[in-house]
Amino acid sequence: MTLALYVPRASPVHRAPAGAKLLALTGLGVLVFAVPTLTVAGGALAGVVLVGLLVARLPAGLLARQARAVAVWVVAIIAVHALVTDVLTGLEAALRLLALVLAAAVVTATTRVTAMVAVVERVCAPLRFVGVRPARIGLVLAMALRFIPLVAERADRIREAQAARGGAVRGLRGVTTTVVPLLVQVLQLAHTVSEALDARGADDVPLRRGGPRAA
Amino acid sequence: MRRRPGRGAPATADPSRGIELVGVHHSFGERTVLDGLDLRLSEHRVGVVGANGSGKSTFARLLNGLVVPITGSVLVDGLDTRTAVRQVRRRVGFVFQDPDAQIVHPTVAEDAAYGLENQGVPAAERAERVAEVLERYGLAGHADHPAHLLSGGQKQLLAIAGVLVMRPARIVFDEPTTLLDLVNARRVARVIDELPQSAVVVTHDLDLLDGFDRVLVMDAGRVVEDGPAEQSVRAYRKLMADR
Repeated sequence: MTLALYVPRASPVHRAPAGAKLLALTGLGVLVFAVPTLTVAGGALAGVVLVGLLVARLPAGLLARQARAVAVWVVAIIAVHALVTDVLTGLEAALRLLALVLAAAVVTATTRVTAMVAVVERVCAPLRFVGVRPARIGLVLAMALRFIPLVAERADRIREAQAARGGAVRGLRGVTTTVVPLLVQVLQLAHTVSEALDARGADDVPLRRGGPRAA
Repeated sequence: MRRRPGRGAPATADPSRGIELVGVHHSFGERTVLDGLDLRLSEHRVGVVGANGSGKSTFARLLNGLVVPITGSVLVDGLDTRTAVRQVRRRVGFVFQDPDAQIVHPTVAEDAAYGLENQGVPAAERAERVAEVLERYGLAGHADHPAHLLSGGQKQLLAIAGVLVMRPARIVFDEPTTLLDLVNARRVARVIDELPQSAVVVTHDLDLLDGFDRVLVMDAGRVVEDGPAEQSVRAYRKLMADR
């Protein structure tokens, strides 16, 4: 999960503007698909790993965790290509996937959420003309990153509570008995969060927010 | 259901008036939760106790306009929560029982800065005030950490920091120690005790009320006892024992 992965460091990658990093990520995506060769995919992966470890000085474990998260897909892609086309094409596709996942992890780990949100708000700025408030879109993004781990934690608690009482925690029955209480909890949480947003002045949001947090 | 209050033209605050509830009545559907409250709260520390369902949380929500009474009015420093809700919310901070519901940004410093962003405080001043408040509550070392990885006590301190950084004149706490262990509950109690702002604290934790200037006991939407902490706590214990 590339959620709330920010790793504070004083590196040039951390200092680079969030918009530039997102553009570079987009550019890398275009490159590896526009020039579909093993060399480009392998070079992109090597470049991303070097930038992540040596320039951004991120822990190797962080990149390894991200790679492990897609390991099944990497193996599946190579296996399918081995059957349908050839192993080298599969390897190229797998390297491409790994390069993009790790590049996304490097961007996430070196960019504060507020900086990312500020970019989203800038990109969405034209929507102001049709009545959309870009600051609200940014807030939704930040809240999604904040609440996904919280909802996952609550789902775990429900599963534990059911397991403690001998209930099913696996299979379709486990899913259905988790979803309903989770939904109830999430709705209650949403109600309180909406109150907290009001209490913390969400309605006071100026039309144009300031840039990313200084320091 | 919660009613969203309207917004009115800027009014002038008069801190000497404190918080006034005039003929307040509120209900959710058929169920009356507050029944004819007439109060003036001007003390530095006011506590509110009562059984579950006695109307305490609704009472707390009245004080910064999260709930607007069906009849009657609530005035904070002379500002009506019905017509001047933005000004009221800038003056009255609100700390919720569950900090997980109050923390809306993924990392500690970003969440502490949220209220200031809403107020349009410039980035440099925002960073300075956030750094100061996180330092004060021992969260400076966690500034860039994901909020969901904090302990329960740290989350409650972050929730308080996120309110204090906005420098409200008054703070309402809705059961701030209910989800905390003894050590963290005492820590939050110390934080509340040291606040220069006046505070209204809704709680089940009777120890928290030690030294409070005034404590209200609520039952079935009414204030059934109103006096110094010791007297009200005694009356509350008797009320509960008689059930």
